[in-house]
Amino acid sequence: MLEIRNLTKIYPGNVLALDNVSFKVNDGEFLAVIGLSGSGKSTLLRCINRLVEPTEGEIIWNGVNIVETSQGELLRIRRKIGMVFQHFNLVTRSKVLTNVLAGRLGYVNPAFSLINRFSAEDIAMAMSQLERVGITDQAHKRADELSGGQQQRVGIARAMVQEPEIILADEPVASLDPVLAHSIMQHLESINKEDGVMILCSLHFLDLVHRYADRAIALNEGVLMFDGAPQDIDDDKFKEIYGKEAERVG
Amino acid sequence: MKKPRPIIRSIGIAVAIVVVIVVYAYGFTVTDVNFETTREESRIRQLTRILRALVHPDIVEFDQEEFDVEMPIYLPCPAGGVPEYLPDTSQSYMVLTPPCAGPKEFITIEGFNFEPETRGPINFIPPSGATLTIGNFTTDANGHFQIKVELPNRQPLEEAQALRATARRNVGFPHLSPLALTTWDKIVETVFLALLATTFGTILAIPISFIAAKNLMDQVQSPLSSVALSILGWPLGIFIAAMAVGYIHQLSNLVSHTTLLTVTGVVVSPIAIWVIFRWAMPQEKIADPGSLLRIARVLGLSIASILGVMFLFLLSDLSLSAGKVIASALGSFGFLGNFVIQLGDSLRILIPILAALAGGAALGGFAGNLGQTASDQLKSRTVKSINLIATALAGATLFGLIGAVIDWFYQINDLTKTLWIPGGIGAGLGIIFALRAGAKEPLPIGSSIYYVIRTILNAIRSVEPLVMVIVFVVWVGIGPFAGALALGLHTVAALAKLFSEQVESILPGPLEAVQATGANRLQTIIYAVIPQIIPPYISFTMYRWDINVRMSTIIGFAGGGGIGFLLQQNIRLLDYRGASVQMLAIAVVVASMDYISSTLRERFV
Repeated sequence: MLEIRNLTKIYPGNVLALDNVSFKVNDGEFLAVIGLSGSGKSTLLRCINRLVEPTEGEIIWNGVNIVETSQGELLRIRRKIGMVFQHFNLVTRSKVLTNVLAGRLGYVNPAFSLINRFSAEDIAMAMSQLERVGITDQAHKRADELSGGQQQRVGIARAMVQEPEIILADEPVASLDPVLAHSIMQHLESINKEDGVMILCSLHFLDLVHRYADRAIALNEGVLMFDGAPQDIDDDKFKEIYGKEAERVG
Repeated sequence: MKKPRPIIRSIGIAVAIVVVIVVYAYGFTVTDVNFETTREESRIRQLTRILRALVHPDIVEFDQEEFDVEMPIYLPCPAGGVPEYLPDTSQSYMVLTPPCAGPKEFITIEGFNFEPETRGPINFIPPSGATLTIGNFTTDANGHFQIKVELPNRQPLEEAQALRATARRNVGFPHLSPLALTTWDKIVETVFLALLATTFGTILAIPISFIAAKNLMDQVQSPLSSVALSILGWPLGIFIAAMAVGYIHQLSNLVSHTTLLTVTGVVVSPIAIWVIFRWAMPQEKIADPGSLLRIARVLGLSIASILGVMFLFLLSDLSLSAGKVIASALGSFGFLGNFVIQLGDSLRILIPILAALAGGAALGGFAGNLGQTASDQLKSRTVKSINLIATALAGATLFGLIGAVIDWFYQINDLTKTLWIPGGIGAGLGIIFALRAGAKEPLPIGSSIYYVIRTILNAIRSVEPLVMVIVFVVWVGIGPFAGALALGLHTVAALAKLFSEQVESILPGPLEAVQATGANRLQTIIYAVIPQIIPPYISFTMYRWDINVRMSTIIGFAGGGGIGFLLQQNIRLLDYRGASVQMLAIAVVVASMDYISSTLRERFV
């Protein structure tokens, strides 16, 4: 179980990104994080693996407070937390396979990874994850030769070779068209349902939230506005989360 | 803002114009602009001469053959008149008017069928066979000449004496002049000088560029305990490693007496290192190893590094002796042997430096980790007292080292002034700093290093290689090696800056993604940074090679070898046809480098 307690993040210049946010996520849960752009969704996800250092608060996972761990411990925690990004964040000039293998960096000995040497098992694992997202034939292409949807699949494969217990997905489908969006969300769903990986996924479209998420939390200007089942987001709640002027689409 | 009145505005413009005129007028005086000299006839003549010489580069020449045209001459005129002499008019011949004359009298010599546009001496040959030059001829385009000469004042003789015109003519095919051959040698030297300077400059610039990149260094933050202990660890590590290298060198000297043992050592030690490495660094790191295993691994790695240094020493010994064998065995490819010898020698110079750096990094890193752990796990108050002691010691060490450097430069030779006082000041400053800084507060140590490195790079970059080479010439003597060192040093500074700016402009996304997988800093650089910077790095390296070729053509002016040396020599000797060859060579090389580098750049980027 992942428990966030009183998490606050203030960026330099006194910008309040997260304001005293607390919630829990159960193992194997698919949690959607919704809110306007700039509401603190990305900051929240990045605080969990400390790509962003929280200003205050605790993040308890498996009895360990991630916020307080040493640097070495943090690296060992990070390798169990996969991350998927809106802009895929692949190293575009590297091969697809190398991009996926980067997910193993937390496990392999640094001295060997420096000369780009991975064990046969790691490579087999990377290939099987590529097979799972259906792009085995692209493994030896450069990442920038792939289309957006394919690149996001590489991103998912990279997260999966980490053998993660949590996947943080930061608007994974925001730069994709609706058809691709569903296909990517289905991959995440299968990872969630079949492998029992906890998923925290920030999303823009409520229909995606309804369709894939077990539970949703909503942020508005860093404040937690909602925590409950997606079906419970009625029109009043919606206006509260997105502001009075907002209208529902999709 | 209130608009100024038109009249004030106009006055302002007028004043500005006057100021501009005055500035330029002063500039003309200071730079000695004088168009009168450009119109003087003697100067125009000189200019013409030089320009004509410059467009006649002394590249090809003919082998020349001298041939003589002789005819009898009577001095004075014989009593019975001059016997008729019929020259072979199908060949070169001369006609005298009058055909005979007395001593010190003038006659006119006309030559026909000579080589056109050639010149040579006209000699008077008495029966003794001596040659008396009485004039020089120059033929016109038809091979004809006409000159008036004074006959020598000789004892009158009855018999005929000889008049000989010696002409030269080109034979065979044109071939390269000796000057062109030397120029070729020197231009090769120039290109390779630039190549070496670029290669080694680039190799050094790459790691430096990472610590001179703001976006990477800003993330490096450590608490004071870590920084202070690391500052203490570095010099200690360097010292220990330097000592250790001395002992290992002695040890390797025992082995390297016999070639067989050396070869065995060179073969066996890497295998041993590999085995230890495999054991101490398993491919998968599963969890935190126990402390006993950790100590064993550290011991194993230390043995491996001792073996590594030993291996390098043996390797350098081996290459020194192998190089000598190769040099004597390969004949005209003996330079390969010299290459091997020089590699061995440079390895021998590099081993202590690299070992000292590695030792410093190892101990500094270890001490830094210790400080980090202390800061992570101990109470604030304990950390604060550790900080006080460690920072005082670190400050003393730092200032003591600075004092030692100053002592070396200025030879003060007074320990009180160079060691105790700076050490005391450093300790005091350290204590003040430790008191003011928060116990566990992370310090922006990365950006401090960044600013120091950037400042050093900018300082080095601002000195032209042409000036640097003066120092290197004193050190390693006049020649291309000094030039390569000067260009190399400048390349390091210039490329490190350009490279680091490329690192600063990479996309942050992949960096973030690789960090999120649990990769450490070095892994992040290798997997997320390096793939992004390869194209600009190649492009800038090519560009720098281009610059270095151009620079190396003139670095010889300051004693740095290459074609500049020859060019300067010919200009000083007023041999403009020679200088023209070198200028031509430079133009060809620079233009082709330009072309090659732009082609390669297009291919890689």
